Amino acid sequence: MADFVKSHAPRFAVDVYQNAYLPQDAQEVNAIVTVTATGSGGLPVPADDPADGPRAAVVVMVDCSGSMDYPPAKMHGARRATGAAIDTLRDGVAFAVVAGTHQAAEVYPGGGRLAIADDSTRAAARTALRHLRAAGGTAIGSWLSLADRLLRTVPAAIRHGILLTDGRNEHEKPEELRLALDACAGRFTCDARGVGTDWEVEEVTGIASALLGTADIVAEPEALAADFTAMMESAMGKEIGDVRLRLWTPQGAAVRFVKQVAPAVEDLTARRTEAPPRSGDYPTGSWGDESRDYHVCVDVPAPAVGHEMLAARVALIVRDPAEPGGPPAQILGNGLVRAVWTDDLVAATTINPQVAHYTGQAELASVIKEGLELRKRGDEAGATTRLGRAVQLAHGSGNEETAKLLAKVVDVEDAAAGTVRLKARIAEADEMTLETRSTKTVRVKKKPSEDERYP
Amino acid sequence: MTMPQLDQLSACPGCGEPLEDDDRFCGVCGTDLRAAARQQQAGTAAPAPAPAEDAADTSGPATEGDFTLPPPLRQAPPPPLAPPPPPAPAAPPAPPADPRAADPRTAPPPAPAGPPPAAPPAAPPAAADPRTPHGADPRADAPAPPAPVPAAEEPAPTPCAVCPDGWVAADGYCASCGRAQPGERDHVERALGGVAAVSDLGLRHHRNEDAFTVSATALPDGSPAVIAVVCDGVSSSSRPDEASAAAAEAAQEFLLDRLPRGADGKQAMHDALLAAADAVNALAEDGTEPEPGRNSPACTIVGAVTTGGTLVVGWIGDSRAYWVPEEEGAAPARLTQDDSWAAQMVAAGLLSEAEAMADHRAHAITAWLGADAVEVEPHTRLFEPDRPGVVIVCTDGLWNYAETAEQMAHVVPGKARSAPLPSAQHLVRHALDSGGHDNVTVAVIPFPAEPDRAQTA
Repeated sequence: MADFVKSHAPRFAVDVYQNAYLPQDAQEVNAIVTVTATGSGGLPVPADDPADGPRAAVVVMVDCSGSMDYPPAKMHGARRATGAAIDTLRDGVAFAVVAGTHQAAEVYPGGGRLAIADDSTRAAARTALRHLRAAGGTAIGSWLSLADRLLRTVPAAIRHGILLTDGRNEHEKPEELRLALDACAGRFTCDARGVGTDWEVEEVTGIASALLGTADIVAEPEALAADFTAMMESAMGKEIGDVRLRLWTPQGAAVRFVKQVAPAVEDLTARRTEAPPRSGDYPTGSWGDESRDYHVCVDVPAPAVGHEMLAARVALIVRDPAEPGGPPAQILGNGLVRAVWTDDLVAATTINPQVAHYTGQAELASVIKEGLELRKRGDEAGATTRLGRAVQLAHGSGNEETAKLLAKVVDVEDAAAGTVRLKARIAEADEMTLETRSTKTVRVKKKPSEDERYP
Repeated sequence: MTMPQLDQLSACPGCGEPLEDDDRFCGVCGTDLRAAARQQQAGTAAPAPAPAEDAADTSGPATEGDFTLPPPLRQAPPPPLAPPPPPAPAAPPAPPADPRAADPRTAPPPAPAGPPPAAPPAAPPAAADPRTPHGADPRADAPAPPAPVPAAEEPAPTPCAVCPDGWVAADGYCASCGRAQPGERDHVERALGGVAAVSDLGLRHHRNEDAFTVSATALPDGSPAVIAVVCDGVSSSSRPDEASAAAAEAAQEFLLDRLPRGADGKQAMHDALLAAADAVNALAEDGTEPEPGRNSPACTIVGAVTTGGTLVVGWIGDSRAYWVPEEEGAAPARLTQDDSWAAQMVAAGLLSEAEAMADHRAHAITAWLGADAVEVEPHTRLFEPDRPGVVIVCTDGLWNYAETAEQMAHVVPGKARSAPLPSAQHLVRHALDSGGHDNVTVAVIPFPAEPDRAQTA
């Protein structure tokens, strides 16, 4: 697949936004790192030479537990949605459909392998969907394990899963799902969707988080087909898989955190794998033409005022997908996070607008989560405080989508001040939507520079 | 911080000729003795030659003495336009633009094909300060390269100047401790026969955004002319270090071209400042992305040209020139008037100088070189001093600690006219001892320009 990397790999631009100036003795360095991948120019990637093997592979996992028949619209919607996703597959992409219950079963093509998408395989897959029946329990770990086994059969650079569930993971222990996720992490990326309102937000967001995909709620089964089509289109737009963010820090430094902050908050700090000397890799999954922001926070030993240090060097690296553990890594982009100690207090105390913005967005995500948890536990006062703060943050940062979702859970009296009251009745779907989408962020608008000049 | 030391050699390392204390170049073979001395004593600290004067008290109020002496001349008789004199040797080459003077972080890694780059001088283990000056003259940094490693595919990594076991990565930072390496411009000294200048990072800044050029040439009648240009990058602009370097270089080039052809001194200075402005403007259009939140590259400029009988100064911004006569008791003078908020307030009669300088906006400049300057209006003045002395051309990194003409005169060594380099070093030391809060750059130009001295350059 080296050819793939050469011919299709996007270019990565790394931009660093920070105030590099620190007051005397300060150690904490913050920077927002914007990574922008370009390369395909939005044009469809031409069909690959079959001799190279498929460029991408996708497994769709459909919940076929008994509850999918209550109401029957769910099973019907899932069938339609899966069909729509299959229609969206580009020629040459390897794919399979898995039916998930308390165990996992291959629906198409079967035999422990993947089919290569073309008109006839797409039609055959659609036919096979007719045999999907709702019966049995839910053991999502087993679905993911089967998807992993299937995806391992091809050396595709882009390996992706789409998972749909309508209920709780009742037929296996939480540890079993955790083990499956650990085994699959880095092997493939996965988007997860909950249909209806009987599923567990934490389970679905946990799957997407571990496998670097998106999570969302599809409250109405009728909306599934459009959502599946969009997910598959997004998967088809990926150009390069298993991209890692490599962070170099100087001797004596400690990484406080590395978070993806746009398009959604995802804390990557604990997912570091060491890449000596003095570097660590954080997984970012697969990339198409897109841009993401990361917040890097590092503590460094402070030299005297007047000195400059490189606090971190951020690179994007990709490994040979055929050899994920192998050493040869291609560096796709590079950015420098600097630190300059100064006694100019104005310079040292200025907070970079990007850093401030994303610090607020991360807080927004966490106060929503805390607020909803407190509400479930019956702590109305605590919930009101947290959700009020969330309204204030969403309002101040221009995060309109989150503000709208919050307004379905609280009555807003004064958005700027964060004065809210909990609604007496909250639709379950609204609460789950807010919880699932709480990590979605908006980007900051650039500010004009000030105008006084000092030599 | 130590100052590079002069006059340590008793005999020329090139030819063995006995040397005088003041010699900078061997009178027999021409060896650069400063460079040789530095190589010999790599890093040993030695006191800078310190004249007897104590540091001036800078707290006193501004006096009215500035701008009174010597009076500007109404009009200098324009020298007859002469055909250009034969090129060199009459026109000593200006210090060439040092390509390594660019920000070290943007400097490309050494070309693998060439000999290994000169390593920065090994810092003594105790002196961990990377700003320890490591050479006035770039030539001193590049002695004969060490015996090349056989079949060297890659240049040997440059060891870090800060930590014991790091090496310098391609982007200019230590791969171990991350520290920025001392820049080529952190401490720069130049001396020609008739003029010397020193520029230093100061104690509080991470990058030297000041720049200077000094050179000497000959007028059409063969008499000497000495040129000094000092620039201060605007720190809120993009690449202020590049702006100041480009401006100083462009103004000097222009003067070196026009003065030998008999151009009028004031006009030449005026046009040289415009040429410098063009050079800075060009930086804004060289395709480099502007740094986020920063203005176009910008800097101040002040230039001075001395000849046998006249002194021309020109400036834009708040870098200054002072006249300090050699004779004890003779009145010194400030020759420039800042384009600054404080100066405007004083000029408009709204504030006293002391009040204006106490305001936090005092140093905000009202004119500069740069693509977003509203209007570039060079100020030029012509003087005919009636006695010998020195012209001090400097950035605010110095004059912040010697604001008035009297204060400046107080810190200028008495023998400055005969020892411009030690005097410039002394003035930089004064700024550092007073706090060194900014980059500090000073050129010391003896007046009148003396033929024999200028020729030695």
